[in-house]
Amino acid sequence: MPILGIIASQISGHLAPIPPYLAYESIATTTLGSATASVTFSSFSGYTHLQLRIFARTNRAATRDAIKLRLNSDSGTNYAQHLLYGDGASAVGEGFPNEPEMALNSVSAASASASMFGAIIVDILNYANTNKTTTVRSFGGNDGNGNGKINNQSNLWNNTAAVTSLYLEPYAGTTFNQYSSFALYGIK
Amino acid sequence: MAAGATYEPIATTTLVSNQASVTFSSISASYTDIILVANLGSTTTPSICLQFNSDTGNNYSMTNLYGNGSSAASSRQSNISQMNFNFLDPGTTIVSTMLFNIMNYSNATTYKSVLGRFSNAGTGAQATIGLWRSTAAINTIKVMLDSTGPLLLSGSTFTLYGISAA
Repeated sequence: MPILGIIASQISGHLAPIPPYLAYESIATTTLGSATASVTFSSFSGYTHLQLRIFARTNRAATRDAIKLRLNSDSGTNYAQHLLYGDGASAVGEGFPNEPEMALNSVSAASASASMFGAIIVDILNYANTNKTTTVRSFGGNDGNGNGKINNQSNLWNNTAAVTSLYLEPYAGTTFNQYSSFALYGIK
Repeated sequence: MAAGATYEPIATTTLVSNQASVTFSSISASYTDIILVANLGSTTTPSICLQFNSDTGNNYSMTNLYGNGSSAASSRQSNISQMNFNFLDPGTTIVSTMLFNIMNYSNATTYKSVLGRFSNAGTGAQATIGLWRSTAAINTIKVMLDSTGPLLLSGSTFTLYGISAA
């Protein structure tokens, strides 16, 4: 049975591995110099997948907040998500159909100690494929030394259009804090 | 427009004998995020820990989510002296993997957040958000066990990657 893999690699001449640092490119980064209401990425092409790496905090009056993600400026109820999260006390599974955005969990907010920021890694898979709806995987969380949340999510944009823009804003707060960073990468 | 290829291997270590710890030092500040990938086991079954910049103060905390094949649970550790992934042991053969994203590690303005996954093929899987309450840039990462005596197994591999944002 292992011969199958060898045969397949002999048939195709382009299976030589691409070093990871050649397949993964930085596209654009926004690091906030002051409180900002939203961040948009709208210029990316030529990749198979996108990865968005978020390091952020919002001004919500709580220890944590989430981040809204809308694709192609679509604010219709065309998004759905399922998540598995832990809040330090219990593991919880939830689902949310027909939402007007994806809610990426979670980042620190105004009631957390200063200098605490949450992190989220978002994979937007086959974003340019027009034969299927767009699925997004996100893994993120915030820890506040006594509070916090870790989240593993699957998200759906129920649209077959190629993704051409990403719009982000705080879910319950009104601004992202200074030093929040949003870095977009493309994977070939 | 793209700023260029990134996700570069920085350093890698394969243990040729059992060791108490692995330390990456003199880490360049030229990246945005650091990713630590390991495939490991240990001589007995303690838990895996991380320390940054040799800080042994109670400046670490974690929120965890884990499953063991029959149930899922969440827990928290606050004011501890290391990031201690203590819900899964690495196993006494090399059956564990871990991948830690150390976000904005060279930022000298904010505390450091670590998104991590740890799994033992025989016992379960864990996801963790860790916090190091220091604004210092991270230049040293130590991977160790939470008790003296047990050792990381020969053959365990540890690789550090760097990602540079545009």
